[in-house]
Amino acid sequence: MLNPSKVVGVPTARIDGPLKVSGCAPYAAEHYEPFMLFGYVLPATIATGRILAIDATDAERFGGVIKVYTHENRPDTAWRDSKWKDEVALPGHPLRPLESDRILFDGQPVAFVVAETFEAARDAAALIKIHYAAARPHTDLRNELSNRYAPPVPRMKQLVPPPPRGDAEKAFKEAPHRISSDYEMSGEYHNPMELFATTVLWKKDGELTIHDKTQGSQNSHEYICQVFGLDPDKVVVKNAFVGGAFGQALRPKHQLFFAVMASLDLKRSIKAEMSRREMFYLTWRPSSFQTVSLAADEEGRLTAVMHDAVHATSRYEDYQENVANWSALAYKCDNVKISYEIAKLDVSTPGDMRAPGAATGVTALETAMDELAYVCGIDPLELRVKNFAHRDQMQDKEFTSKALHACFREGAARFGWSRRSLEPRSMREGHELIGWGMASGIWEATMSPAEANVRLSGDGKVTVSAAASDIGTGTYTILAQLSADAFDIPLRDVTVRIAESTLPKTGVQGGSWTAASTGSAVQAASKAVIATLLKHAQKLETSPLAKAKVEQVEIADGRLVLEANHQIGMPVSEIMERAGLSGIEEHAKVGPDMMTMRKFAAYTHSAVFVEVRVDVELGVVRVTRVVSAIAAGRILNPKTARSQILGGVVMGIGSALHEEGMVDHRTGRIMNHNIAEYHVPAHADIEDIDVIFVDEDDDKASPIGVKGLGEIGIVGVAAAVSNAIFHATGKRIRSFPITLDKILTERTDQ
Amino acid sequence: MADARSPDLPVCNISLSINGERQKFTLHPWTTLLDLLRGPLELSGTKKGCDHGQCGACTVLVDGERINSCLKLAVSLDGAGIITIEGLGSPNGLHPMQEAFVEHDAYQCGYCTPGQICSAVALVKEGHARSRAEIRELMSGNLCRCGAYTNIADAIEEVMDTQRIRPVKEAAE
Repeated sequence: MLNPSKVVGVPTARIDGPLKVSGCAPYAAEHYEPFMLFGYVLPATIATGRILAIDATDAERFGGVIKVYTHENRPDTAWRDSKWKDEVALPGHPLRPLESDRILFDGQPVAFVVAETFEAARDAAALIKIHYAAARPHTDLRNELSNRYAPPVPRMKQLVPPPPRGDAEKAFKEAPHRISSDYEMSGEYHNPMELFATTVLWKKDGELTIHDKTQGSQNSHEYICQVFGLDPDKVVVKNAFVGGAFGQALRPKHQLFFAVMASLDLKRSIKAEMSRREMFYLTWRPSSFQTVSLAADEEGRLTAVMHDAVHATSRYEDYQENVANWSALAYKCDNVKISYEIAKLDVSTPGDMRAPGAATGVTALETAMDELAYVCGIDPLELRVKNFAHRDQMQDKEFTSKALHACFREGAARFGWSRRSLEPRSMREGHELIGWGMASGIWEATMSPAEANVRLSGDGKVTVSAAASDIGTGTYTILAQLSADAFDIPLRDVTVRIAESTLPKTGVQGGSWTAASTGSAVQAASKAVIATLLKHAQKLETSPLAKAKVEQVEIADGRLVLEANHQIGMPVSEIMERAGLSGIEEHAKVGPDMMTMRKFAAYTHSAVFVEVRVDVELGVVRVTRVVSAIAAGRILNPKTARSQILGGVVMGIGSALHEEGMVDHRTGRIMNHNIAEYHVPAHADIEDIDVIFVDEDDDKASPIGVKGLGEIGIVGVAAAVSNAIFHATGKRIRSFPITLDKILTERTDQ
Repeated sequence: MADARSPDLPVCNISLSINGERQKFTLHPWTTLLDLLRGPLELSGTKKGCDHGQCGACTVLVDGERINSCLKLAVSLDGAGIITIEGLGSPNGLHPMQEAFVEHDAYQCGYCTPGQICSAVALVKEGHARSRAEIRELMSGNLCRCGAYTNIADAIEEVMDTQRIRPVKEAAE
């Protein structure tokens, strides 16, 4: 039913662009009401222990302060743990802000100050005196490795390591070529540019309109209603514009809890915005240790793959992500052993951050593959081609599609890979060593259940509604494109209503599944609208479409016509008018096709090629060229799709070279909780990035052929950078980020 | 804008021209320009990303010069002329730099965007950037976590092109 693309597949500027560039797009903290209150959180200054005494007298007396909340006076909330579990909660006990005197991590909220101005709330918070009994913190993963354990309650079954395949240990011992390396990755912090914020607009009848920074308005809505026992019909959560999230806003954050708590208690509207410092005290990519052992025969064919991973979690929840299972399916190998464990630290619970698990696990695997290539004396790209997996051996399933060969071929050609010499330290220009590295990436292509409504008006205009989010991904625009094509109307005639909890049910925006899921729901609802339109047309006297079947018709140029002959048909407006309708609205619900998924596994793939220049004396690394070739099925909007990949590459460069959460393990406190000392890539760090989308037809991953793009861009990037640094310098650095001190002190491997 | 509940707290009287409109204010001396804009004035196009002068999201033009509005106390700007993103253009009448950002998809989430655009407009006017490398260097005070950097540089180059401020290095190549 989808017409040959007119807008879908065409680079299209964002429909919300003019609002964003003119400052007219309101984010969570940017909603106003006269006499609104402001809230400010005071974070704990110990990592573990108890509050012995808390004195808020001075803060309460401070001019403009309305109330100070601590664990001693917090209003009652839900008692059962299940009420605190959001849609994507983890095994364990969710944090309940201000629940007791217990401190479980550095920066845990210990007070919430409400005042008439932001400045008064902030300044009063500094006057609160707390007497702590600090216990000895355990925050260094290295020291807790002996306490590692397999999560007793799996977060989801896909995260459980597969059973061993063949005999990896025996094959490893017997192989002519082998490597075994340990990799260490620092904790990372999402740091979207927008601070977490919630504005609660309180109405006299108790109704709440909540603007929240979240990746799922319905998730925040359900959480709030459960925790505070509210009537779901009296609460609306909106997230019209989300200033980045990258996974950090999947689960509700404490500012949402506090703003609603104070609003209900004080019967006033209130705004609570976090400080940048607070953004380091919640949901982070956990620090990890990994060991990857690979063996190959004389020709470089893998005979053994072993991947062992352990990462941090908190005392109160078991965070889990898929770090190591990728190694069981990325390459063809008959002897595979995967192990995965976590270890508890006195830290806040980690969470999903762009390509959770893969961003670290595939980095280790792909660096190990580079190491194996050098042991075998084979070009790293050739080694990957040699070990190409044509089938998902882990699940024993066929791939829905896998155009990774095209990624290798087109990426290598664009980069000029064939001109590379295998030997490290073989290219130099002036004071800089030049290195070329590559890696491959993989991420799952999934659909989540999603619903949508589509309404066609008599004037031919269309409104699409779904509770989906647009965290910068381009959801507004691709849904408009899909509808514009379905009804053959210009983009401007489509209204996209998303980002509100009252709209048709949609899961949180994560896992790269929004376009495939909500996009498919919109397509299905559009088809249903056209089917209904046809029914009405056929009830009319002298209908030219009397015998037409729904598969045979489409809308073209404002008319419902036969696909095969546009001469035969009727104007949409005439059908509606004669049928006495002002519009037709249909609902659709889609989800993964279980029959297909029993036989097929769906993944996105990438090949990323990187050039680095390393200063011989200073160890400074510049990433001067990146080519990222992506196989992700159908690309709805090459312009926004490209941006998602660029963003992934940039974050991958950050992961490789810059991003390092630093904890003083003597105090258990985060030392660099600001974006001057927690380094993220800046303009000067990012030079040329070239993105290629290879052709990949996939009729199984989702009804609209889409596989998702949010994660795949980052996967493999850090490995490609580290492999390029090895090629430039002959130094194999297995500790990320690869800062210049490591380059200067590491010996040359070759 | 003084806090009515706290008559004992000090206030200052100043005047500012904001997006061409001269306004008088009674302010506490500790109110930053950013909090004045985002708070009472409801000019929320200027963003708070760190409140420490580290991210550039709050960049505005003060007498034509780009500054981090979170690092400036409003009372220190008595008499100044301030242009915010709202003063550069509106959705129906975009500034050429705003148009170029839309065309080049020089954003994703859009949160750092007003700061990037204010900074870019000043960068072009300053006239120091003569190559793409210099654009990158001189825009480095504006962080973008979505990673739109290459597209932002493309947008700025296009505006410089149309204003015939072609980067010298590339032109020579």
